[in-house]
Amino acid sequence: MNSSAASIREQGRRARGLVKEQYDDAGQQHATAQFGMWVFLATEVLFFGVLFASYAICRIRNPEAFLLGSQHTEILFGAIEAGILLLSSATITFAVNLIPFDAREWVTGLLVLTALLGLTFLVLHGIEYSHEYDEHLMVGVDYAQHGAHARGIELFFFLYYALTLYHSLHVLIGVCVLATMAMLVWRRRIRSEYTTPLVLAGLYWHLVDIVWIFLFPLMYLIGR
Amino acid sequence: MNSGGFFHLLPNASTYAGPEDVLWWSMVGLCSAIAIGVFVVMFVFCIRYRKGRPADRTLAKETLPVELTWTFVPLTIFMGIFVWSLFLYAGTRTPPADAETIYVVAKQWMWKIQHPGGQREIDTLHVPVDVPIRLMMTSQDVIHSFSVPAFRVKQDVLPGRYTQLWFKAIEVGNYRLYCTQYCGLDHSKMGGKVIVMSRKDYARWLDRHDSGTSLAAQGAALFRAKGCSGCHGANASVHAPDLDGIYGRIVHLADGRTVAADDRYIHDSIMLPDKQVVAGYAPIMPAFSGELTESQVLALMAYLKSTRPGTQPAHESTRR
Amino acid sequence: MNATVITPDLPELEPPRSFFAHGSGLRSWLTTRDHKRIAILYTITITLFFVLGGVAAAMMRINLVTPDGALMSAETYNKTFTFHGVVMVWFFLIPSIPATLGNFLLPLMIGARDLAFPRLNLMSWYLFVIGGCFTIACLLLGGVDTGWTFYTPFSTLFSNTNVILVAVGVFVTGFSTILTGLNFIVTTHKLRMPGMTWFKLPLFVWGMYAVSLVMVLATPVLAMVLSLIGLERIAHVGIFDPALGGDPLLFQHLFWFYSHPAVYIMILPAMAVVSEIIPCFARRRIFGYKFMVYALIGISVIGFLVWGHHMFVAGMSATAALVFSILSFIIAVPSAIKVFNWTATLRRGNISFEAPMLYALGFVGLFMIGGMSGLMLAAPALDIPLHATYFVIAHFHYVMVGGTVMAYLGGIHYWWPKITGRMYSEGWARFAAVLMFFGFNFTFFPQYVLGYLGMPRRYHAYPPQFQTLNILSSAGASILAISYLLPFLYLGWSLYRGARAGSNPWNARGLEWQTTSPPPKQNFLARPVVRKAYAYDEPAPGTTA
Repeated sequence: MNSSAASIREQGRRARGLVKEQYDDAGQQHATAQFGMWVFLATEVLFFGVLFASYAICRIRNPEAFLLGSQHTEILFGAIEAGILLLSSATITFAVNLIPFDAREWVTGLLVLTALLGLTFLVLHGIEYSHEYDEHLMVGVDYAQHGAHARGIELFFFLYYALTLYHSLHVLIGVCVLATMAMLVWRRRIRSEYTTPLVLAGLYWHLVDIVWIFLFPLMYLIGR
Repeated sequence: MNSGGFFHLLPNASTYAGPEDVLWWSMVGLCSAIAIGVFVVMFVFCIRYRKGRPADRTLAKETLPVELTWTFVPLTIFMGIFVWSLFLYAGTRTPPADAETIYVVAKQWMWKIQHPGGQREIDTLHVPVDVPIRLMMTSQDVIHSFSVPAFRVKQDVLPGRYTQLWFKAIEVGNYRLYCTQYCGLDHSKMGGKVIVMSRKDYARWLDRHDSGTSLAAQGAALFRAKGCSGCHGANASVHAPDLDGIYGRIVHLADGRTVAADDRYIHDSIMLPDKQVVAGYAPIMPAFSGELTESQVLALMAYLKSTRPGTQPAHESTRR
Repeated sequence: MNATVITPDLPELEPPRSFFAHGSGLRSWLTTRDHKRIAILYTITITLFFVLGGVAAAMMRINLVTPDGALMSAETYNKTFTFHGVVMVWFFLIPSIPATLGNFLLPLMIGARDLAFPRLNLMSWYLFVIGGCFTIACLLLGGVDTGWTFYTPFSTLFSNTNVILVAVGVFVTGFSTILTGLNFIVTTHKLRMPGMTWFKLPLFVWGMYAVSLVMVLATPVLAMVLSLIGLERIAHVGIFDPALGGDPLLFQHLFWFYSHPAVYIMILPAMAVVSEIIPCFARRRIFGYKFMVYALIGISVIGFLVWGHHMFVAGMSATAALVFSILSFIIAVPSAIKVFNWTATLRRGNISFEAPMLYALGFVGLFMIGGMSGLMLAAPALDIPLHATYFVIAHFHYVMVGGTVMAYLGGIHYWWPKITGRMYSEGWARFAAVLMFFGFNFTFFPQYVLGYLGMPRRYHAYPPQFQTLNILSSAGASILAISYLLPFLYLGWSLYRGARAGSNPWNARGLEWQTTSPPPKQNFLARPVVRKAYAYDEPAPGTTA
C-alpha cells in the first residue's frame, strides 16, 4: 500500500463512498462522468436535430408561409426569454467556477437564481402559449387561420410547438436538477472535493440554452 | 402466363426486362462464384488444418498486400456493377418523347385507370404492344406502389404528388399487377392485371369503351361545373391568371421564385393554391383539396394541357 | 500441443464466491448494479420476446401455406407481421448481443470492475422492460397494423389501431438502447486497465464500441420521429400530412436515417462475436487485426450515409438514388474484408469444431449470402423489380437471423461456461447448430426465388403459382423452430447437471478467461495479464508449455 498523501486522501474518499468501486480514483471518476455527459449531449443534438432538419425541409417548401408564420410569434417574449437563458447560463457558470472554493452560500444562491430564471422562462412561455391560444394558433387544439398560406402557417406552428414543447420539457427537467443541486450544495454533499454532479448539471443547462439560441432566430426573427 | 422451365415463370415482357435480366443473372453468377469460392477455401482450410492433422502451421508475417488486394479488387468490381446499373437505371427514368400517357389513381384498395380518350377501368390496364406507355400516378389516400414483375417495373404512388413510370411492352399477354407498398387491410388484394394487346385490338378496345367524352373534355366540363371558368375564363371579371397554354410555361411567383408549370405545380395550385401564388395576383383562390378527387384533378389537368397554343382546345362535344 | 497447456485453476484451491452467490432472492436481482447480473436479466427478457416474435413468425408461415391465407384474416395477418417486426427488431435483435454478452463481457475484457455507470445500466434494463410492457399491452388491446416501418400517412391518418401505444413502447426502449451505448462508449474510453491500449482490445470490444456510436447517434432520431407520429395522430395535423403540404417522404428519410444504421446495430455485434470465436478454435491470431478494426468503424460511420437505398422506388430524384447507390456499394467493401479475414484466419490453424465454432462458420456463410444479395439491392436497376418483394425479406433474414441470431447463439455457447460455470452437452449443441443451418436455408432460400418471381411482401394471400415455394419455406421454418427449441433443453439441463467448466475450458486468450467461472462480483481476484489480442501463438498466461 502506497503511503503518499494523495493515496491517503484517496482512501478517505473511497471510504466515504465518494469514489465508486469501478473507478481507480476520484480524477478518473470525474473525467468519466463528464465524458458520459458529453456523449449524452451528442444524443440530444441528434434528438433536436430531427426537428431542425424538418424545419429546413418544410421551410424550403413553404418559404412565404414560414415568414408569415414567424410574424405571429411574439418577438418581445422571445427576446426576453433568450436574455433570461443567456443570463442563467452566466449564473450557472459562476456557480460551477465557485464550487472549488467551497463558497457554499454563493453557489447555493447562484443555483437558486438559475433555477428561478428557468422558471421565469417557463412562465413567460406559458403566457405566450395562452396568447397564441387566444389568436387561434394552437395547432391541433384550436387552429383557425384563413386566407393565404393558412396551411403553411399551420405547418410552421406544428414545428413551433414541437420544438418549444420539447425545449420547455428540457428546461423543466433542468430546473428540477438545479433545485436538487442547490439542495445538495447547501447540505455540503457537493463541495470542493466532489463537484461532479454540479459540473454535469452545468453542461446540461448550457445545452438547453444553446437550443434556444438556434430556435429563437428560426422561429421569431426570420419574418421581421 | 407462359410456362416452360422453372425460371421462365417470369416472362420478359417489356423492353427493360431483357437488359435487366442480363444484369440480374450476371450478378447471380458473380455472387455465386464468390460464394462458392469462399466456401471451397473455407472447406479446404477446415480439412487441411483440422486439429491433429500434420500441416505447416508457420505464421505468415506480411499481410498488408493481401489485405489491400481484397480491399481494392472488390471495390473495383462493385464500381463496375454500379456503372452498369447506372446506365440501365438512367433509361428507366426518362420516358421517350412519343410515350402515350395514361393516368393512374390509387386508393385503398384499387387502381383506377383513366385513358386520355376518357375510357376508365379499375384494376385492369389495357395497353398496346410496342408502344411506350407513360403512367402518371397519384394516390387518393396512403402510399401504394405500382408493380408489374413481368415488366420489371415498380414505382411508389404517393398522395399529394405525381410519380411516373414508363414501359414498352413487347409481348401480347396478361401480366399481373401488384401493389407492393403496404397500404392497410386489403393490401394483398390490391392487384389486377395489365393486358397487352396488339395495336389493332387495342384500337378496337378503345372504341368499344369510348364514353363519348375524352379526358380533356371531361376536364373542360369540370372547369365550368366547379366554377374555375368563373375566374379563369376569358370573360371573367375577377383578376385571375389566364390558364390557356399554362402547361409547361414558366411562372413567376409572388415570392420572387420562378417555376415551371409542371404536373405537380398545377395539382398544387388547384388543391393548395396559397402554396404558390402567381406574381401580380391576390391569393384569393379557395383550396379545392376537399372538393375534388384526384381523378377529377387529372381530368382538369388533361384539359389544361389540351389548351396548349396551336392545339385545338377540347370541348365537351369533342369526340375522339 | 495444447493438451500440454494447463490453465491455472485457482478455484480448485479456494473457490471464490461467484457473482451468483453474492446476494440471493428476487430483490437482490432487481436492485443489482452488477453488469453480469443485468446481462442475465436482459438475457431472460429478450428470450421471452424472441419466443413471442417467433410464435408470430410461425403463425405467418402457417398462414402462408395456402394461397388464400386460410389460418387468419387479413387484419390479423397484418397485425401479426407488425408485431413480429416490432418485437424482433427492437426487443430482440437490437439488444440481443450488446445488452447480454456485451454487458457481461465488456468490463471483463478490458479488465474493469464494472461498467462506468452501473445504475444507468440497471435503469436501461428497466426502461427496456417498461417499453416491452407498452408493446405487449398494445398486443393485448388489439395490436397494430402499420408494419414495423410506420409509414405515413397510413400510420398517422388511416390506421385505426393503437399506434401511439406501440410508438411509446419503442420510444422508451430507444432510451434504453441509448443508455447502453453511452455506457459502453464511456467504459471503453475511460475504464481500460493499465496496459490495455486501443490496439490490444479484442475485436469484441471494438465491435461494441462501433455499435455504441451508432446507438447513441441514430436512436434519438427514431425517438423524435416516433414522437412526431404520435403528435400527428393526436393533433390530426403534422409535417408528414400531404393535405397540408407536408411530405410523407420526409418521414421515410428520417425513419431510415435511424433504421438503416439500426441494421448495423444488429450486425456489428455479431461480427464482434464471430471475431472472438474463430481465432479461439482455429488457434490463430485473427488475420489482419487492424483492418478488422477499421472495417468495424468504417461500417458504423458509412452506415449513416446509405439510408436512401430503401427509397429507390419511393419517388426520390435520380441523382439522390445514384449517390445512395454508390455509397451502398462502398459499405459492402468492409463487410467483404471481414469475410475474407475470417476465412484467412483458418489458414494454417489448428482447427477444432466445437459447437461455438460451428455457429461461427455458419454465420460466415449465411452472412456472406445475405450480404451479396444486399449488393444486388444496392443497384437501383435491380432494386426496382426486387424492392418490397420476398427477395428483400430473404436478404435481411439472411443477415439478421442467419447472421445475428447464429452469432448470438454461437456467443452464448462460447461464453456459457464462463457465465454459468457449467458445460453443456457438446453433441446436442453441434446437432442444433447444424440443424439450424439447414433449417434456415430451407426456410429462406426459397424466398429469394419468390422475390425474383415477384411475390410482394406483407401479403396475407398470394397468387397460387407461388404456393410450392411457400410450402417449402414453411416446412423449413418448422425445422428451424425445432433447432431453436433444442438449446433451451440442453442449456437448461446443463445448469443443473453440466460438468464444471473451470476458468478456461476453451484455452482461450481473452482477459475474461483469466478469472474464475462464474466470475466473482468484482470480476477479478488478481490483476489479469494484458498481452496483445488473440495471442494464440503464445501459451496461456501462467502456464508452462
